[in-house]
Amino acid sequence: MLELRNITKQVGAETHLSDISLRLERGTLNVLLGPTLSGKTSLMRIMAGLDRPSSGTIHVDGVDVTGVSPQKRDVAMVFQQFINYPSMTVYDNIASPMRVAGADRQSIDEAVQRAATLMKLTPYLDRTPLNLSGGQQQRTALARAIVKNAGLVLLDEPLANLDYKLREELRAELPRIFAESGTIFVYATTEPSEALLLGGNTATLSEGRVTQFGRTIEVFRRPADLITARTFSDPPLNTVAMHKSNGAFSLEGGVSFPATDALHAIADGAYTMGFQPHHLSLSRTAPDAVALRAVVTALEITGSESFVHLRFAGADWIMLTPGVQNYAVGEEIEVFLDPRLLMVFDGAGRAVGQATAMAA
Amino acid sequence: MEKTWNNKAWFLVLPVLVLVAFSAIIPLMTVVNYSVQDTFGNNQFFWAGLDWFDDTLHSSRFWEALWRNLLFSGIILAIQIPLGIFIALHMPKRGWGVPVCLVLMALPLLIPWNVVGTIWQVFGRVDIGLLGRALAGLGVDYNYVQDPFDAWATIVVMDVWHWTSLVVLLCYAGLVSIPDAYYQAARIDGASRWSVFRFIQLPKMQRVLLIAVLLRFMDSFMIYTEPFVVTGGGPGNETTFLSIDLVKMAIGQFDVGPAAAMSLIYFLIVMLLSWVFYTVMTNYGQGDER
Amino acid sequence: MARIVLDHIRHSYLSNPVRDEDYALKEVHHTFADGGAYALLGPSGCGKTSLLNIISGLVAPSRGRILFGDQDVTDLPTERRNIAQVFQFPVVYDTMSVFDNMAFPLRNRGVDEADIQRRVTETLEIIGLADRAHKRARGLTADQKQKISLGRGLVRQDVNAILFDEPLTVIDPHMKWVLRSQLKELHKRFGYTMVYVTHDQTEALTFAQTVVVMFEGQIVQIGTPAELFERPSHTFVGYFIGSPGMNVMPVTLDGATAHLGSQTIALPGAASPANATRIELGVRPEYVRVGREGMPMQVRTVEDIGRHRIVRGTLEGSEIAAILPEHDELPAEPRVSFDPRGINIYADSWRQVLGA
Repeated sequence: MLELRNITKQVGAETHLSDISLRLERGTLNVLLGPTLSGKTSLMRIMAGLDRPSSGTIHVDGVDVTGVSPQKRDVAMVFQQFINYPSMTVYDNIASPMRVAGADRQSIDEAVQRAATLMKLTPYLDRTPLNLSGGQQQRTALARAIVKNAGLVLLDEPLANLDYKLREELRAELPRIFAESGTIFVYATTEPSEALLLGGNTATLSEGRVTQFGRTIEVFRRPADLITARTFSDPPLNTVAMHKSNGAFSLEGGVSFPATDALHAIADGAYTMGFQPHHLSLSRTAPDAVALRAVVTALEITGSESFVHLRFAGADWIMLTPGVQNYAVGEEIEVFLDPRLLMVFDGAGRAVGQATAMAA
Repeated sequence: MEKTWNNKAWFLVLPVLVLVAFSAIIPLMTVVNYSVQDTFGNNQFFWAGLDWFDDTLHSSRFWEALWRNLLFSGIILAIQIPLGIFIALHMPKRGWGVPVCLVLMALPLLIPWNVVGTIWQVFGRVDIGLLGRALAGLGVDYNYVQDPFDAWATIVVMDVWHWTSLVVLLCYAGLVSIPDAYYQAARIDGASRWSVFRFIQLPKMQRVLLIAVLLRFMDSFMIYTEPFVVTGGGPGNETTFLSIDLVKMAIGQFDVGPAAAMSLIYFLIVMLLSWVFYTVMTNYGQGDER
Repeated sequence: MARIVLDHIRHSYLSNPVRDEDYALKEVHHTFADGGAYALLGPSGCGKTSLLNIISGLVAPSRGRILFGDQDVTDLPTERRNIAQVFQFPVVYDTMSVFDNMAFPLRNRGVDEADIQRRVTETLEIIGLADRAHKRARGLTADQKQKISLGRGLVRQDVNAILFDEPLTVIDPHMKWVLRSQLKELHKRFGYTMVYVTHDQTEALTFAQTVVVMFEGQIVQIGTPAELFERPSHTFVGYFIGSPGMNVMPVTLDGATAHLGSQTIALPGAASPANATRIELGVRPEYVRVGREGMPMQVRTVEDIGRHRIVRGTLEGSEIAAILPEHDELPAEPRVSFDPRGINIYADSWRQVLGA
């Protein structure tokens, strides 16, 4: 188990990480999700021992390892850039951590062959990395991390420099590889869809803070606050200001609807309502769905789905809806929203009335 | 960036510390010691206070030599930096020409100072030197032993021949690190050759140029071997630089005290000017960031 | 502005190309209509960037001609073709202010200073950097720098085309949505011909009216996003577009029915491809219905990606993926059926037209 206790990282006057506490169990996949400069890489460097936190401690199975150098920690790391030994063959690259550890020839060969099969590198074992495609190079780096059999494997946006389709394939393979070993995996990404495809647990980061940590799908469905919800939404989360009084919510433009279930109990006052782009629909999905009139500002059609950009009461929204939808820009259309799929945030951005707010 | 703490690292630094202590700090302290004392030989020393510093700062000999140093460094930088950039810009960026050019450029750097001096000393001789004879044949009245201008020209040309390569190699390293997209974008923006240089290449070379200027300044300001071998400081004192004067004073005349004072002042000037170059060049163009 | 004609363009990076494999671009013959928004989509190494650089003049084609309108520009250098290009990594002139960056292409072309002032100020408003006009470009974020790169093209008003080479690679997901819709708005407002190179299907499909799919130096399909999705003309297009890609399964044909192992599938029409060695049925995961009816499927994994689930497994020994909507239930013994609208038949990887 890897435990971070109150980790803070200060560089000059800038705070890169502030008061981060996390417990990562063996055999789990943990995603660090956040935009560029949110602190993902800083946190990974501290986990690896490449940097020392300004304050706070790191414990592995209860032992404080805060000042221990990376060589002495049981860590493997894969970076966004493909890093391999350019003069060695793929085989030797994958074998290198075991050679350093002084393993015998036969167990090295077995481990390399297994990792190569897993990463589909068997035909390329005799080549040098520079004669491989980007995807093959990164798979070599991944295979090396697997062979090292470290207790902690850190992957810092490992697929960011790869082609879209290749990314999709590797992303599908990685959780399976993760599941087979008993190590702790930490995977940093900027993309919500990547976190969802990988599953496991997710910690969302924003400006050097962990805003929420839990099962990936739980964090996605029940974000604890507005920042987490925004970080974990692609296309961006739709939001609009609303007001509660007399057991009903009212939006700008004269729309109002009764507050149901747990939302009924929250205090009167001003709130922000948020919902996922795919929860807006063109037809009444529930009998009590709220009808809204919004103006189309742009259309993006992928063939299977349409992203309809809308403007409602001064807020920019995106509706993700199946099929090809053709509207003229400027046209006002009626869209529907199931009130049970709403997320409601108070003035401080905290989610309220969540108990039954989000049905899966 | 702050790294993991490990006391063992000190052991790795220790040999260097010992080496620096013996090669720099202890000799420096000895020089400081000499500079405040007087001696008539026989290892007898007398306290002289700051007299030698006072004398040095009021001696025309010192100021003349310092002026020659500054003039020489100025000329060297004014020729080698632009020339180095110019050559680097015209070197091939890919293909078989790259290794050929790099080896050609590295050649002069491999030759020791005194050998370079000797080569040019012989090369320029009016009686037997190839250059001297050739110039005489063309009717040029060239004689570095008697004519101060010729002596200067010889030393400057020699230094340019010897050290411009260093500037070229540094600039070249800076140039090849510029991504192609910058040049492509400039073509699309319709930029002239000059604009490409001024707004892409020069800013991207800034760091290496800083290193080049510092190295060339310090090195040229401390020039000793070449003029010593070629002109011996002459004709007259026309090519007597601070370093040559120092040696004359310390070893030729055994004026250890004044020589020590002078060398400390010399050392401070080098430090001060290097610091000025460094600050000016690192601050250049960063004024209103953000 | 002008239409762009690629007249039998072939390109090789070798000096003496002989075989077909020597060509990075095998043969491209296509016209980009004036004012159209196009995407060149394909995996790395498919030749899409080469094609873009041929249009901008950064690369000279080995064979063929390129015309802007009626003018042959094959031999014209980049700076005289009057095009703008935005690169993968933002190119800004570090030492200049944002304003001077934008003014640069105009000053290079000798536009008078009053005009420059007006046009740059206008463009800064459009790209939303007016408040930073006199800041140095060096300290900006990646998306702001990319906006400057775009702005340097927009100030030139009369450009023939604006070319994009994977311009959103270094941009964070949230910012991508903003920049992309701004691009679309610009296209609508000013009617530039835009060509956008990317390996990201979402970017290509959402940006372009017409998508050109490239594979191994060739164009395999040109169409609207809906055409590429519904009727991929090649199994590669089916695989490359959509995530997950199209399911492709070996079948035998018998008039308007296909046999997949022991199962029989009714086709929307009959096909009788002659001399084909390999017949396949393609159906997108979006058209695979999972429920209690149909052919039995062995489920391996279910990936919950929030707005829907991806069910992966095998059907009659073939790999198959299906999309299960967010609120639908997965039965204990799932069966699948194919929506006839989504069924395509491929002979040797090329799509067959199904008869009545």
